[in-house]
Amino acid sequence: MNGNENQDLQRYNANERSNHWAVALLFVLAALSGLALFHPALFWLTNLFGGGPWTRILHPFIGVAMMLFFLGLAFRFAGRNRFKAHDRQWLSQWRDVISNQEENLPRIGKYNAGQKLLFWVLVISMLALLFSGIVIWREYFSDFFGIGMIRFASLLHAFAAFVLITSIIVHVYAAIWVKGSVGAMTSGKVSRAWARKHHALWYDEVRKNQR
Amino acid sequence: MATQDIIARSATTTASPSVRQFDEVAKLIDTTVCIGCKACQVACSEWNDLRDEVGDNVGVYDNPSDLTADSWTVMRFDEHETSEGDLEWLIRKDGCMHCEDPGCLKACPSPGAIVKYDNGIVDFDQDKCIGCGYCVTGCPFDVPRISKKDNKAYKCTLCSDRVSVGLEPACVKTCPTGAIVFGTKDEMKEHANWRIQDLKGRGYENAGIYDPQGVGGTHVMYVLHHADKPQLYSDLPKDPAISPLVGAWKGVAKPLAMLAMAATAAAGFFHYIRIGPNRVSKEDEAAVEHDAAQAGTNSPDAGGTSDER
Repeated sequence: MNGNENQDLQRYNANERSNHWAVALLFVLAALSGLALFHPALFWLTNLFGGGPWTRILHPFIGVAMMLFFLGLAFRFAGRNRFKAHDRQWLSQWRDVISNQEENLPRIGKYNAGQKLLFWVLVISMLALLFSGIVIWREYFSDFFGIGMIRFASLLHAFAAFVLITSIIVHVYAAIWVKGSVGAMTSGKVSRAWARKHHALWYDEVRKNQR
Repeated sequence: MATQDIIARSATTTASPSVRQFDEVAKLIDTTVCIGCKACQVACSEWNDLRDEVGDNVGVYDNPSDLTADSWTVMRFDEHETSEGDLEWLIRKDGCMHCEDPGCLKACPSPGAIVKYDNGIVDFDQDKCIGCGYCVTGCPFDVPRISKKDNKAYKCTLCSDRVSVGLEPACVKTCPTGAIVFGTKDEMKEHANWRIQDLKGRGYENAGIYDPQGVGGTHVMYVLHHADKPQLYSDLPKDPAISPLVGAWKGVAKPLAMLAMAATAAAGFFHYIRIGPNRVSKEDEAAVEHDAAQAGTNSPDAGGTSDER
């Protein structure tokens, strides 16, 4: 009955992985085209999209597509990202987190408090990007809004994008830093030792369900 | 004009050629002499080969009722009742003010799509325009318009093509009452002062020049009978300036955000170098085997409690 005790654990199924990577690829395109229009030093990135006008045309459509896929991801993962009592304790021990002293931390479920924080920051910044982005989408929507609103939305859009990009830099680094994580989003599997070390409560839960 | 004459360029962080000295030009529009004939509108579309669509009469003299990508100047008519009960017809020729500190140029993300020449003229290069509309967002006077035909931004050029070969702008040449004059900015200020003295002598105590300092002054100036209340002239802003929101967005936000994003990536890199990756250890693997062995012999709950170390 315990024949599967040595197999890796399934962390994400094929749909979850596909959804994640759809968002990730669209994010890269949205970020590159958006940064091209944000700072003159990066205007050359418009060449990747066929020039300035094409970058201006494509960017909002890429953003909307990213948002749609992200909504799917958010609904899949929201339940697992509710804050619990032990999350406060985990966050207060951030020094143990960054110095790899994980044995001092409370036992946690599928996501640690840092991942949950990232999740909700992404939700908020994505929504801010969507709404401000519509206001500054000159070709179709800007005529419906006043100039004060458009100016505010322009600044908000840049700020939310900054928060999003910075968060994703942290997200990507965390995957590089915590070895064994990337497989969760490629093959969908993580090793039992990885799960036990980083997500002990989730490890218990999965094992219990396997019996 | 030669490229040496460009002294400010959109989306450019280094200095533009600036050794040549050139007199700043200005167009002075004397609202007190304007009769609202719209000859300037006609001359503008004539010289620039613009033919706006014939629109609808909106019940007032304004026609077309607003600036468009094909109408770079329009006369705006306001009926103003003075405190004495007199009616004044305040007519203002609206169009680009050619700011010394142009909000459109500050906001534009495309290098060189908006330039300022050393004579003060602010010009759009439609070939480099990407159609984002940030110039509309940046302008304190609501002047640039994005064409529905080609998604490019258009506005008054102050006839930079005519000025560069020593001619006055088309609207100036055609004005039948001399309400629009053109010359160096100093000359135009002098001309305005003479007009203001005359107006004050006729009872317009608040007559004055409109050369708003919030945008560093403009290269299109007005003589107003009521310079204390420019809003009377179809909402001409009293103290126009680049919005602080646009200033933050196109000023401090750009280098700060770039720096912070680069710093975040660098922090990750140095964390990896100094502290290193978080790996699953031999002990972690041994613990998993221990859990499996226990699960084989003990009750199903054993796995949940066996990993306290």
